[in-house]
Amino acid sequence: MTLPVTGTAALALALVFGFAFGFLLHRGRVADYNTIVRQFLFQDFTVLKIMMTAIIVGGVGVFLMVQFGYAKFHIKPTDLLALTLGAALFGVGMVLYGYCPGTALAAIGGGSLHALVGAGGMLLGGILYALTFDGVKAMILPVGALGRVQLHTLLGISPWLIFAALAVVALALFVTVERLSARRA
Amino acid sequence: MSLQTTLDYRPAARAGLIIDWTPYLVGIGIGVLSWVVFLVVNNPLGITTALSQVSGAVATPVLGAEAVASNSYWARNLFSLDYGTLFLVGTLAGGFGSAVLAGSFRFEQVPTVWAERFGPSPLKRYAAAFLGGIIAMYGARLANGCTSGNGISGGLQLALSGWIFLAVMFATGTATAFAMFRTAR
Repeated sequence: MTLPVTGTAALALALVFGFAFGFLLHRGRVADYNTIVRQFLFQDFTVLKIMMTAIIVGGVGVFLMVQFGYAKFHIKPTDLLALTLGAALFGVGMVLYGYCPGTALAAIGGGSLHALVGAGGMLLGGILYALTFDGVKAMILPVGALGRVQLHTLLGISPWLIFAALAVVALALFVTVERLSARRA
Repeated sequence: MSLQTTLDYRPAARAGLIIDWTPYLVGIGIGVLSWVVFLVVNNPLGITTALSQVSGAVATPVLGAEAVASNSYWARNLFSLDYGTLFLVGTLAGGFGSAVLAGSFRFEQVPTVWAERFGPSPLKRYAAAFLGGIIAMYGARLANGCTSGNGISGGLQLALSGWIFLAVMFATGTATAFAMFRTAR
């Protein structure tokens, strides 16, 4: 088998990998409005625990695979104005909705009707973006277009140093949060 | 299966099954899934690019196939049953599979945290979810990715865009959550 897999086999794998992703999100309780909103209220740290762990575990493996020629990076460009405006809107929308797009799909699968209604909103949001894209492209995307930048090249340090630092920060956060929740219980 | 207005996030039936996986295990799972998708299909985890393809398909009956095909954004994100859109189907099915296996599938109209603050009206909740969906999706397209594509996939590749996205969306999400849920107590 040659990698990467393409064609029809890749389409079948899309279903398998998507299923695994949705299954994990649901089992991790992040396909749940309550878990997500409580994270933003600092009452439940499930979202941060999952994301930090996924980023560190995923990143170490992907960097190793890239280093040994088994994988390629897919870095999204940093278009500073569009990125910050978009992320700012996303944070507001995510709390109003109570889901992000991926967890919303898993939540619909679990029976959440308000996630389904919000998915209608997401489709409308996608339509509005397409209809305004020419203006966005002309006026917003070019502002602060920094290109495809990675932190370790920007800082001129080893990526492993960054992962080590992330691991220390994550561990400190996890220990603190677990102690606090043990005390509360 | 019952239609209820409120639902605690802990599934009722537990029968010895480990239904809520620890967030760390789920984070490791998503990290390992990232290795697999980078290696096997050369395609990082992501949701909203494919979702914008779906929005084009939904807009087609209203705007006409020509208007959609000639739109400068949809022209490069035309709907087809490709890897991205099938991944969405898989994610939905994964949430459903997890819920059914856990015995926790049920239709949820109004989640607990929302009901405690805004009451049991499904319409109110639906309106907020719909509006939130619009804002989140528009933001995710402007930022060129959501929590999955920018946050997890970008974050684990140490992409500057991913980490800016995470910081900004977490800031505005927190501000929104506190504005919505913190009353004078």
